[in-house]
Amino acid sequence: MKLSLRIWRQSDAAAKGKMVSYEIDEVSEDASFLEMLDVLNERLISEGQDPVAFDHDCREGICGACSLVIDGQPHGPQAATTTCQLHMRKFKDGDSIDIEPWRAGAFPVVKDLVVDRGAFDRIIQAGGYISAPTGTAPDAHAVPIPKQDADAAFSAAACIGCGACVAACPNGSGMLFMGAKVTHLALTPQGQPERATRVLGMVAAHDEAGFGGCTNTGECAAACPKEIGLDVIAQLNRDFRKAAVRAA
Amino acid sequence: MSTDLQSRTAAPPVKRARAPWKPWRSNIGLKIAMAVSGVLMVLFIIVHMAGNLHIFEGREEMNAYAAGLRSFGEPILPHESLLWVLRIGLVASIAVHIWTGIVLSVRSHHARPVKYAHRHKNKGESPNAYFVMRLGGIVIFLFVVWHLLDLTWRTVNPVKEAHDAYGAVVATFSPERWPVTVFYLLALVALGFHLRHGIWSAVQTIAGPGAKWRRRTQAIALAVAVLIVAGFAVVPLAVTFGLVS
Repeated sequence: MKLSLRIWRQSDAAAKGKMVSYEIDEVSEDASFLEMLDVLNERLISEGQDPVAFDHDCREGICGACSLVIDGQPHGPQAATTTCQLHMRKFKDGDSIDIEPWRAGAFPVVKDLVVDRGAFDRIIQAGGYISAPTGTAPDAHAVPIPKQDADAAFSAAACIGCGACVAACPNGSGMLFMGAKVTHLALTPQGQPERATRVLGMVAAHDEAGFGGCTNTGECAAACPKEIGLDVIAQLNRDFRKAAVRAA
Repeated sequence: MSTDLQSRTAAPPVKRARAPWKPWRSNIGLKIAMAVSGVLMVLFIIVHMAGNLHIFEGREEMNAYAAGLRSFGEPILPHESLLWVLRIGLVASIAVHIWTGIVLSVRSHHARPVKYAHRHKNKGESPNAYFVMRLGGIVIFLFVVWHLLDLTWRTVNPVKEAHDAYGAVVATFSPERWPVTVFYLLALVALGFHLRHGIWSAVQTIAGPGAKWRRRTQAIALAVAVLIVAGFAVVPLAVTFGLVS
């Protein structure tokens, strides 16, 4: 395959970036999107140029490190798929592909396609955990949890924290991420003691980091590689309202 | 990632001076205030729409209805007491709705300072929400200003007698003043889209339903929006086409 790429290049956080065009030849259909960028980078290095910086880690679709807004869509055109699991067979020979970093005030660009997602860590630090020592995993039947709740908690816990929801949101809101964490812990018995302080703390950290509000447009859920739905934002709203009323 | 890159730090996020954080001033807190004020206004316009339909009963009944709104509760309550409750409630709702709308829009603007070079069609559940709520809200606000000048204060209405509500409606939507009717209908379209998203969005914000009830709320919101638009549109259309004169 032959492709024309337009990639966001920005030498450092302070620099003014721009889209730069690259032609790339003989791309295998079986290559993943990141492998295609690896091929480009090999060439750039051999030519003595600065390779394109991008985040990646497991390349199995489970770690949340990879990002990239491909043709205006976080993680590219294939639904429920991370960039590392996107393959070049999804594109046609001769295609022109635009690659940009996540765009959000709370996710400043570090270099090229790499953004600082530390704002998500700060949200988690503000309450997205259980502070009681829980020891080793309990026996499956030791703590009864209704099947429905266990399934919903597990679906929410599938969030890999990649930030595609923020990248897709026209308001740069992190509510799908935050909702997933709140829901996951709100549906399990272990999450109950800190349920109210958790949601208040996380919402404060979310706003403090500069994320926007939710307009229920649903772009986040459409972009989520783990198919987390708007019901986690509903749970977040509900828990926040109850906790805020009780705190007032 | 190269080791060089790991040692780099990103630019610190832009900090804006802000009052101390309170739950009600958070993005969700303001959205709840916006949702509650919106629901109150939806209840008002349903009553308003139903009341308008008195026009089809003729001049006497329509004007009696308008007078009845003023004398409601008399002699136990003072004159226009119902109207003053509605006026104060509406002004408060509008103020809260617009204020929260501006604050949240400004925050959104800061939260997404750089646009994507490649624009892709939205594919969420309410793909045009961003546009119909903010731009539609401005259109509806301008319409309400016109509407008050026209049918409440009669500044731009040929009929100045306050008690003749029927005459004022017939005069403003008369066939030779067709641009007024067109403007009214366009504002209704903006209102319809605003309500279709606004109603389910308000329920999502206040009550936080599960996926099944979210879908049902979306259907109910569409039905209510269509009902309200149709109920309001039938009056100017009937007058412009000479069915009521």
